[in-house]
Amino acid sequence: MGYTEDELAKDLESQEYKFGFTSDFKADRAPDGINEDIIRFISAKKEEPEWLLEKRLQAYKAWMQMKEPEWAHVHYEKPSFQDICYYAAPEQTKKYESWDDVDPEMKETMSKLGISMEEQKKLTGTAVDFVMDSVSVATSFKKKLNELGIIFCSFSEAVQEYPELVKKHMGTVVPHQDNFYAALNSAVFTDGSFCYIPEGVTCPMELSTYFRINESGTGQFERTLVVAEKGAYVSYLEGCTAPMRDENQLHAAVVELVAKEDAEIKYSTVQNWYPGDKDGKGGVFNFVTKRGLCEKNAKISWTQVETGSAVTWKYPSCILKGDNSTGEFYSVAVTNNYQQADTGTKMVHLGKNTKSTIISKGISAGQSENSYRGLVQIHPKAENARNFSQCDSLLMTDRSGAHTFPYIECKNNSAKIEHEATTSKIGEDQIFYCKQRGIDEEKAIGLIVNGYCKEVLNKLPMEFAVEAQKLLEISLENSVG
Amino acid sequence: MLTIKNLHASVEEGAEILKGLNMEVNAGEVHAIMGPNGAGKSTLAAVLAGKEGYDITQGEVSFDGKDLLELETEDRAKEGMFLAFQYPVEIPGVSNINFLKTALNEIREYRGEEALNAKDFMARVRKSSEIVNLDPKLASRSVNAGFSGGEKKRNEIFQMAMLEPKLSILDETDSGLDIDALKVVSDGVNKLRSKDNAVIIITHYQRLLDYITPDYVHVLADGKIVKTGPKELALELEEKGYDWLNEEKETV
Repeated sequence: MGYTEDELAKDLESQEYKFGFTSDFKADRAPDGINEDIIRFISAKKEEPEWLLEKRLQAYKAWMQMKEPEWAHVHYEKPSFQDICYYAAPEQTKKYESWDDVDPEMKETMSKLGISMEEQKKLTGTAVDFVMDSVSVATSFKKKLNELGIIFCSFSEAVQEYPELVKKHMGTVVPHQDNFYAALNSAVFTDGSFCYIPEGVTCPMELSTYFRINESGTGQFERTLVVAEKGAYVSYLEGCTAPMRDENQLHAAVVELVAKEDAEIKYSTVQNWYPGDKDGKGGVFNFVTKRGLCEKNAKISWTQVETGSAVTWKYPSCILKGDNSTGEFYSVAVTNNYQQADTGTKMVHLGKNTKSTIISKGISAGQSENSYRGLVQIHPKAENARNFSQCDSLLMTDRSGAHTFPYIECKNNSAKIEHEATTSKIGEDQIFYCKQRGIDEEKAIGLIVNGYCKEVLNKLPMEFAVEAQKLLEISLENSVG
Repeated sequence: MLTIKNLHASVEEGAEILKGLNMEVNAGEVHAIMGPNGAGKSTLAAVLAGKEGYDITQGEVSFDGKDLLELETEDRAKEGMFLAFQYPVEIPGVSNINFLKTALNEIREYRGEEALNAKDFMARVRKSSEIVNLDPKLASRSVNAGFSGGEKKRNEIFQMAMLEPKLSILDETDSGLDIDALKVVSDGVNKLRSKDNAVIIITHYQRLLDYITPDYVHVLADGKIVKTGPKELALELEEKGYDWLNEEKETV
């Protein structure tokens, strides 16, 4: 057991959002607002090929025709899209050959985020890509991965170095006209991560990306594309933080996963964007489209721990196109104070013998609203499809809300679909029991909540699980009432 | 070790339940508290342990020289008070081992002791589970989740063995136990008795006292100790019920 409750206690000493610092870099930023010129500016800045600019412009045209969705169980003042800066890059954006070349201040920022590259490199062999205000600044471990033919780099670099791969897969899972935010992202995305695992290769280390919004008034629109060729395997992690700001910041990302025949992609997220202050002021709007496509016998597993953001709108989904393919979704979503989350998944069963599992754990504290929204769709040709869903909600206070919106559409009689849901309030009895054994209230809540989320936390890679556990504790301090 | 003087307690903004209770427990002693339903037995246990929802309106309680009522619930535990629950609480997803490790380390830290290393901790787990014949598998299962009634009670005594309290309050630990389980649990409590610790047994029935011999038997009725006697008092109660005490009171 590497991590003790005592260490946890120390970590809990500071109650404020501990990632609320800004880094003092000079930023190269576009004028606020969105129009064709801005899109051309971004594309030119990134020295993109013509086809990509065309895609952006198409997406922009589609977006202009679309309306911001209102069906989610969240209430917020819609962002003014003309007041957002769509491109802000830290000034030092030269390419880094190795980790040693990275600007010390940037390193400092990363270590504040709890990313010690040196240590991660030594101890865990995790390759990390770091995206700050939309620009990828460092990707470690590149050489070692190259030997195996694995590509792990920033999205911009992929566009330059591997345009065919990007062109072939980008937009195949999330088309640019998919939804309002995906269209916006497709028009103005600035960077992100790209990962390619060749046929038959098992990626020997966790690949990891850290995203951070730093500049004021900027939106972050990153794209992640993960392609696992036939029989390949990869485990991919992403973490997110943002400074404390009074204004709402927009984050609209698109993540596409392509799992070819017999491939497996495990995608884990610990999302800790700034949630706003105790009175609900500020915080990140996290409107994200994540989807994976499974070919025959392939498997995609989404695991997410969502503790941050003022408003979350996010449904990591699986298209189970190939026969015998498997989709999984494991989620813990915590909301406190005035946070709102509407999150869940879509499992679209197209192939025969496709299987999906959904485990969702919502925790609502303060006056927050926490909704699970999920769709299980069985198409007519999906013989013997199976789904198991379990949606649990835990209420920490009388003022918070927990909601479950499960949708099931079944068009094949051979399908087996199970759905279980529970709602419970954290027990005063449980807390008293812990206290009577010498465990104070904060620790008791930590224990109880971690126990409640265990099925999901167990799915995370070890280092991430510890981080996630700490985040849960921090997010729920003083939250029972 | 424990001195209770003129303790009055009521349910928050409700009826008074303890109405001037006095009691003295010394190290090395076992006290049994018996009494009819609604006399305040479980309230006494809850108030001593520091459960929320009660108002202490009068009286004093000192525990090892400290003002018990001033201490937080968890600090009472750290000072060495242990309550074996009548209805042990389930905590899904939290293993017994992790739970006890957290508890034990909290208590040790409070006392300025170092946390037990994994080896010593596991040795203690083995030793303690043997005391109540607890299946070692239960030690790694979630706290009380899916345990049978008997297993839950055994688990309470297992925890008592792990935490080595100065004063243990067993709140109707015998309820819901068959005779074999009762023997095992009593046997466990007897093994844990020493000249340095004390036990308060709250029970309806005399049969537990066949296995754990008390030094004193108290009768709690209507929020007060109305009679204190040697272990034979329990037998008398078993035979005559509680009504004769009222008659005795009235004739006095």
